[in-house]
Amino acid sequence: MSQLTVNGIRVDDTFAEAFEMRATALTITAHNAAWARQAAATMTGFATSVIGCGCEAGIDRVLNPDETPDGRPGVRVLLFAVSTNELQKQVQARVGQCVLTSSGSACYAGLEAEERLKLGNAVRFFGDGWQISKRFGDKRYWRIPVMDGEFICDATTGLSRTAVGGGNIIVMGATNETTLAATELAVEAIAAVPNVIMPFPGGIARSGSKVGSKYKGVPASTNDAYCPTLRGASNSALDPDITSVLEIVIDGLTSDSVAAAMRAGVRAILALGPERGALRIGAGNYGGKLGSHHYHLKDLLP
Amino acid sequence: MSPLVFTLRDAPLQRLDLAPLAPDRLVGLSESKIATIQLQTTRERVLAGDVFKIRTGEATQIRFEGGSERFDRIGAGMSQGEVIVDGAVGIQAGRLMQGGRLAIAGNAGPWAASGMTGGILAISGHAGDRLGGPLAGETVGMRGGVVIVRGNAGARAGDRMRRGVIIVEGKADSYVGSRMIAGTIIVGGRAGRLPGYLMNRGTIVTINGSDGLSPTFADSGVHELLATALMARYVETYSREVAATLRRPWRRLLGDMAVIGKGEIFYPSVAN
Repeated sequence: MSQLTVNGIRVDDTFAEAFEMRATALTITAHNAAWARQAAATMTGFATSVIGCGCEAGIDRVLNPDETPDGRPGVRVLLFAVSTNELQKQVQARVGQCVLTSSGSACYAGLEAEERLKLGNAVRFFGDGWQISKRFGDKRYWRIPVMDGEFICDATTGLSRTAVGGGNIIVMGATNETTLAATELAVEAIAAVPNVIMPFPGGIARSGSKVGSKYKGVPASTNDAYCPTLRGASNSALDPDITSVLEIVIDGLTSDSVAAAMRAGVRAILALGPERGALRIGAGNYGGKLGSHHYHLKDLLP
Repeated sequence: MSPLVFTLRDAPLQRLDLAPLAPDRLVGLSESKIATIQLQTTRERVLAGDVFKIRTGEATQIRFEGGSERFDRIGAGMSQGEVIVDGAVGIQAGRLMQGGRLAIAGNAGPWAASGMTGGILAISGHAGDRLGGPLAGETVGMRGGVVIVRGNAGARAGDRMRRGVIIVEGKADSYVGSRMIAGTIIVGGRAGRLPGYLMNRGTIVTINGSDGLSPTFADSGVHELLATALMARYVETYSREVAATLRRPWRRLLGDMAVIGKGEIFYPSVAN
């Protein structure tokens, strides 16, 4: 693969291939920032990949009290799925099990769009007939009595059909320590970009996957081309000096936000340099035939 | 663009039906056409040009210079634009209003906002009885929009209200929110006797208590709820004073248990 070298780091002449997804955003508030984050972390848990979790979800950003509908501290979370039905199912289950149950929480639409997903309209039945609908202007809320007062929830939230899932950066280094240092720096830079999430633990995936498997019924399996321990046995994509590879997967509400996030990540890695960070940067794709969004690394360089 | 202005020539000799002078019905009409619109409510014909001096302007911005308690049905059925009345109006102001803004500088008679479904009705003076209520034979009163009364409201404000928000900065007479189906009523002053009489659902806030509560309301204690904080945020646009008083703990009374009892009255935490 042809490469460029920037600040001593090899950059593959390749691209990340991403897909259109359905997405929504929710604003979760609570008594204080810690409890808002707790509810958000719980509802976005087990949401690393649509392959096994039904959706990909994460915290977009922390909200100040003046940015939330009820004037309390909050967190904005994003959820992505492959179909509207699946996204609806995930929103209902996760809000019902993880936000409704969290002390002092409230949940509001975090995305305004013409098309709507049920939010409070889906979980209101927990109220067993005691739930109250309240409409102020064009906003409709559900008030569901719970043991610490009321759970307040917007009736609906916006649905985006043009969200993008699967932006990615593959970070390759000489050691686990330096590779992780570079990747962590990239995650930190991407976290500052609005409207994107990195759904894997800490924003980082150590188990990049390829489509399919030698085993029947397994939809994805380890990306052997990027496993350093298989070099020599598999059709490896790794150079001899690479012994650790990590991946950052990025989902965004728009294609521009994914591009901005990848740009921020790539630039952070390049700025760190090869001694303390990565030796090489790549990106995952499927030959360009499956996903409608292509993010070429060479277009993201400083 | 300057507004279309109707200046009252003399006090009207009979009650007038001003519903035809709403923006929806005047857009595209010439001054001479407007002058020939009939407004009488008796057999004696009265034309707009007889009652008002008309100054041509944008028909979606209508201004009445001078008011009268005989100005009935002003802004009735309007769905857009703005109507400003410099004085008092008669019955059914904003009746079946769907949108736009109707501002009345003086008092409004009974049934203001009756059956209203949208828009904003602002009354700077007092409102008569049955604000937002249904007319005889109708099953539902106000169904949407916002009514703000800077003065007091008469009896049965919000009778059979289905949706929308009524804010009364002053006092509300007896039976505010009677037979309420849903919606929100906030009374900044004191409410009269038996607020929420036979209400099914809906919310009434009596910021300064009432002259007597029905025994068919159950006290669920004092609570600081997010619902009142959200209400305050919404109300702030219309009445900062009322909004400021909403952000505090309230005694929540559930009722009316004489019917289905799914309504609520927020009452001062220390009963008065």
